[in-house]
Amino acid sequence: MRALSNQKLRKSLYAYAIVIIGYAVIQVLANGGGLSSAFEGQLVPICAYVVMALSLNLTVGVMGDLSLGHAGFMSVGAFSGAVACIALENMIPVPALRLTASIAVGAVCAGCAGVIIGIPVLRLKGDYLAIVTLAFGEIIKNIITCFYVGQDNRGLRFGFLTSINDLNLGDGARTIIDGPMGLRSVPKLSSFTAGFILILVTLAIILNLVNSRSGRAIMALRDNRIAAESVGIPAAKYKLMAFVTSAALAGAAGTLYVLNFSTTVASKFNFNTSILILLFVVLGGLGNMWGSIVAAALLTVLPEMLRQFNNYRMLVYAIVLILVMLATNNSSVRTLVGKMKEAAALVFKKRGTGR
Amino acid sequence: MSNKTKMVPLPSQNIIPERDLGKSPVLETRHLGIDFGGLNALDDFNIALGRTEISGLIGPNGAGKTTVFNLLTKVYKPTRGTILLNEKDTFGMNTVAAARAGIARTFQNIRLFAGLSVLDNVKLGLHNQIKYGMWTGILRLPGYWKREKEADEKALDLLSLFNMRGMAHMRAGSLPYGAQRRLEICRALATKPSILLLDEPAAGMNPSETAELKDNIVKIRDTLNIAILVIDHDMSLVMGICEGICVLNFGKIIAKGTPAEIQNNPEVIEAYLGKRKEG
Ligand SMILES: Nc1ncnc2c1ncn2[C@@H]1O[C@H](COP(=O)(O)OP(=O)(O)OP(=O)(O)O)[C@@H](O)[C@H]1O
Ligand SMILES: [Mg+2]
Repeated sequence: MRALSNQKLRKSLYAYAIVIIGYAVIQVLANGGGLSSAFEGQLVPICAYVVMALSLNLTVGVMGDLSLGHAGFMSVGAFSGAVACIALENMIPVPALRLTASIAVGAVCAGCAGVIIGIPVLRLKGDYLAIVTLAFGEIIKNIITCFYVGQDNRGLRFGFLTSINDLNLGDGARTIIDGPMGLRSVPKLSSFTAGFILILVTLAIILNLVNSRSGRAIMALRDNRIAAESVGIPAAKYKLMAFVTSAALAGAAGTLYVLNFSTTVASKFNFNTSILILLFVVLGGLGNMWGSIVAAALLTVLPEMLRQFNNYRMLVYAIVLILVMLATNNSSVRTLVGKMKEAAALVFKKRGTGR
Repeated sequence: MSNKTKMVPLPSQNIIPERDLGKSPVLETRHLGIDFGGLNALDDFNIALGRTEISGLIGPNGAGKTTVFNLLTKVYKPTRGTILLNEKDTFGMNTVAAARAGIARTFQNIRLFAGLSVLDNVKLGLHNQIKYGMWTGILRLPGYWKREKEADEKALDLLSLFNMRGMAHMRAGSLPYGAQRRLEICRALATKPSILLLDEPAAGMNPSETAELKDNIVKIRDTLNIAILVIDHDMSLVMGICEGICVLNFGKIIAKGTPAEIQNNPEVIEAYLGKRKEG
């Protein structure tokens, strides 16, 4: 009788379990020396992409609006977080605290970008969000490409210039964002554990939001906007709430990602990245959080694992994607999976009663 | 029972039940009208509803009945005229403000939150009754547990009113048709309205379901003491429970009165059956 709420609870538990078990397994493997260094280098990006997929699922799956510029928020979070990290170097010497503060700055900046886009767009009915976020992703990339930030003894200096020299930095000069060259000499503060914690926090925020009064309102607007307004639920407010939360979490992911590399350029967060993240969400299932986690993790590792195919790598990647899509959408494959599930359930039941 | 209600005239040429006379009408429209392009969909629509009145709005297909509901709930902006809800002019309000001001409705083609559970659908109706903020929910602060429990109890109580408690955890979209209609009424009632608008609640129901619906509508009015305005093509329902009836044809009121008066009104008979051939 409690079918639906049980199902919801089980799905939430799956999501937490996947993250915790995945973390434990990888930690054990890493300590045993069972991981290639290439894979170890992928760990933080995997965490960042998982957070990206989860946060985009809030917009696309839970709120039900298409966003094509999620990488733009990642970018805002990445660059603002990195600047904060360098600027706070003397003020917060403890790396873990500084990482936390930087991620918070990245999240707040990306959240602000979300507010600026969301306020005008989410008042409209219809699929305007897709168009505007698409443009936002491209514009933010171009803005950062001509943005220069440096630091000297007097503090932070920044501007839209043509060269870092135009900042006229004094003693103790240090370049932070060098226009098209991107971020320079970023301290590598991110770690797999930090990524793991960020995923857990993201998951808790999204799942708790979805299972609360606000989350219900967001999903009601998705299912039937006219009916939701007829019971007194203001559309713009709750859509903005979901969208800004999604943007802020993407910003946090961006900071995590960028503090893993000493240099990063703005064009890393382009349209292709946005589409890739959307792909994770669609393959994992709209509104299905554990699906997003699995899809993001597997599809980030996959290109690395396919290295042995050399030139055919992208071809094989495409074939795998098509197979996954078939598997998730094809009714005959679905019934097959369903039958396998039933069989597994029977086996487990028998074992359970036999004991 | 309801057919014996004494209806009395107001200065504005409207009639309301005698028991509601001391109180102001819950809803009053004055010269309400709307045009869609060249189409005059509603014109000079004047009604007043008593606080505890069950009234009917009938008329042939395309007469403008649903349009009246869409105007009252601010889905459409009127071209002319005034709507007074609890004596307050609703000019400039949107749908959300109208809902908060005490007007609730169901839809001719059912609009549920199909992906959510039955219980969640009703809890969404409670959205403006039981409140807590986004962060209280995310951080699972004590307020979250308290308010959710309160909402669960209230929602289950409302569901019990329609014998739907057992379905609380089913997906709303998977309910049988009749139950979906009942759930829509339940969700509307959860907003604690002073007036409930029902758009063809008996559509697609068999006679026994319709009979049950009739009882339920009267029960709602008697237990919650609210006004109810019903649109329906089922004359046994409308004539059986409504105290005052308003007949629309081509966007204009052609008759107002008690069920007995409406049944014998030649203009109404003509609108429904067509003009009798002379000779
Ligand atoms: N948004 C709109 N734009 C244009 N015309 C409209 C609109 N809404 C309603 N109409 C027109 O207004 C007239 C009245 O429609 P309405 O839906 O109110 O009829 P109704 O009395 O509810 O009919 P039914 O019994 O079939 O539900 C119809 O001619 C309809 O085509
Ligand atoms: Mg209608």
